[in-house]
Amino acid sequence: MSSLTRWFGRYALWIYSTIAFVFLLIPIVYTIVFSFNDSRRSNIVWRGFTLDNWTQVCQSQGVCEAFGNSLVVGVAATLIATTLGTMIAIALVRFRFPLRKSTTLLLFLPMATPEVVLGAGLAAEFLTAGVPKGMLTVILAHTMFCISFVVVTVRARVASLDPALEEAGRDLYASPTQVFMRITFPLLLPGIIAAALLSFALSFDDFIITNFNSGSFVTFPKYVYTAAARGIPAEANVIASAVFVVAIVFVVATQLSAAAKRKRLARQG
Amino acid sequence: MAFGAFGATATATTPAEPAIRRRSRVVLLLLLPGVLYLALFFLAPLLSLVMTSFQAPVEFGDIGQYQAAFRWENYTTVLDAYGPHIVRSFVFAATATVAALLFSFPLAYFIGVKLRRFPLLQALGLTLVIAPFFISFLLRTLAWKQLLSDESWFVSALHGLQILPPGEHVTGTAFSVIFGLTYNFIPFMTLPIYTSLERLDLRYVEAGGDLYSSPASTFFRVTVPLAAPGIISGALLTFIPAAGDYINASRDFLGSTDTAMIGNVIEANFLVLQNYPAAAALSLILMVAILIPVSVYVMRSGTDDLL
Repeated sequence: MSSLTRWFGRYALWIYSTIAFVFLLIPIVYTIVFSFNDSRRSNIVWRGFTLDNWTQVCQSQGVCEAFGNSLVVGVAATLIATTLGTMIAIALVRFRFPLRKSTTLLLFLPMATPEVVLGAGLAAEFLTAGVPKGMLTVILAHTMFCISFVVVTVRARVASLDPALEEAGRDLYASPTQVFMRITFPLLLPGIIAAALLSFALSFDDFIITNFNSGSFVTFPKYVYTAAARGIPAEANVIASAVFVVAIVFVVATQLSAAAKRKRLARQG
Repeated sequence: MAFGAFGATATATTPAEPAIRRRSRVVLLLLLPGVLYLALFFLAPLLSLVMTSFQAPVEFGDIGQYQAAFRWENYTTVLDAYGPHIVRSFVFAATATVAALLFSFPLAYFIGVKLRRFPLLQALGLTLVIAPFFISFLLRTLAWKQLLSDESWFVSALHGLQILPPGEHVTGTAFSVIFGLTYNFIPFMTLPIYTSLERLDLRYVEAGGDLYSSPASTFFRVTVPLAAPGIISGALLTFIPAAGDYINASRDFLGSTDTAMIGNVIEANFLVLQNYPAAAALSLILMVAILIPVSVYVMRSGTDDLL
């Protein structure tokens, strides 16, 4: 065996993984680069660098409105889903009750159902019940598919909570409300925040379920879908790129702070 | 996430089992709102689909007017009309699942095993894997459409080298749709496999070598079986959304009319043709087809480990 083959065998996985990472990033880089394109009508051919798309995002008709709608829907669905999901997560870990297995199954199934089925089902229900499609139906739909993800995320946090801390509170004559507000809730908070962010991300990027239940109400993904037929304005790339940067900065900051915390704990032994 | 995708983060510390209260009114208050919500907006819609799927058109009525009925024929009609779309959906989704597995396994092994000694690099690797989730699903698919279009240097090169005959395109084909499905759901495959491999005890792999097993045999008889839970979760997490997806196969994205999948047909029937019974019947056919592998998974893993 030549030394070249041996070298390759040794580093094959490093080489492959580097190529794989680059591959995963290609459409992201493309989207960000084309947010700076000096495009006129359709944003397909590179025509030169400009900052205009970034400085005048709202100039392209409907982009900002759709983005605003997505924010409103995301926040509303996240608030409802996080509240309902957190309550269920606490119940699942801390209590034994009849129909516990059925409840688990009920929470699992929405995650295992294809989105078209969820979307078409809700649309059929709203149609039968005579509920007009719009922002409200979109919020109701998004809340539904976010609940299960909240339960999964918060449940892990509840399960890792040391009950001795709450016992200590009770021993010190704290009322059940005080125990919850001053011990349980603050300890669950990181899990609840993670669940809320996941919900918001799922809601913000959802297209399939939204498309079935929005009527003439336009969210950001729906705007992109409609515009795809005639050409996406560069302003849409600007919004997607900005969202990407915010999300990535957030993830990296969380990981760095978690790494710092681990290091601190390790030093304390 | 579901199917143990983020299982590694869940088992950070396991303190003593909390004092579980058996009967309490509190539990009802905690459960009821969420459970009612899912009954109303998950179960009731499924029921609504069942009822819609049997509806018959109103006589002398307008388009989109249907009445309660028991028309079994709706199912045979859609199976006759859309059989190829249904088969295509499962073939595309299965191919994308296998492609995502082949792409993800070495990558997950690299992040979970090779990068173990470098926690920061490991975190960076995971961030890169989930990065596509943070850019709009539709825009990243459109980016591939541009990158695979006839004007792109990649396709020009294929034409120039005569790998791709003149007049042949990359977009709008089965290849581009499967490519898009694979790309979009890769993180769903990589993360659960990573979770399994991250916990892999390397001493088992060493033991295989000590017992004179060849590297290939050790890989298939030790590493792969230990990663099996992650592979199964990843396969379901990729297959389910891929089978129901209609963005990648849409004409405005990576597909053409020849690549329409069941999702495209459901969308067209529901939102354009207003043929609600056909859309409902197709949705239920998809749902039942997905429930088969899912129930096998549920029975094997047990309800306690579902969430």
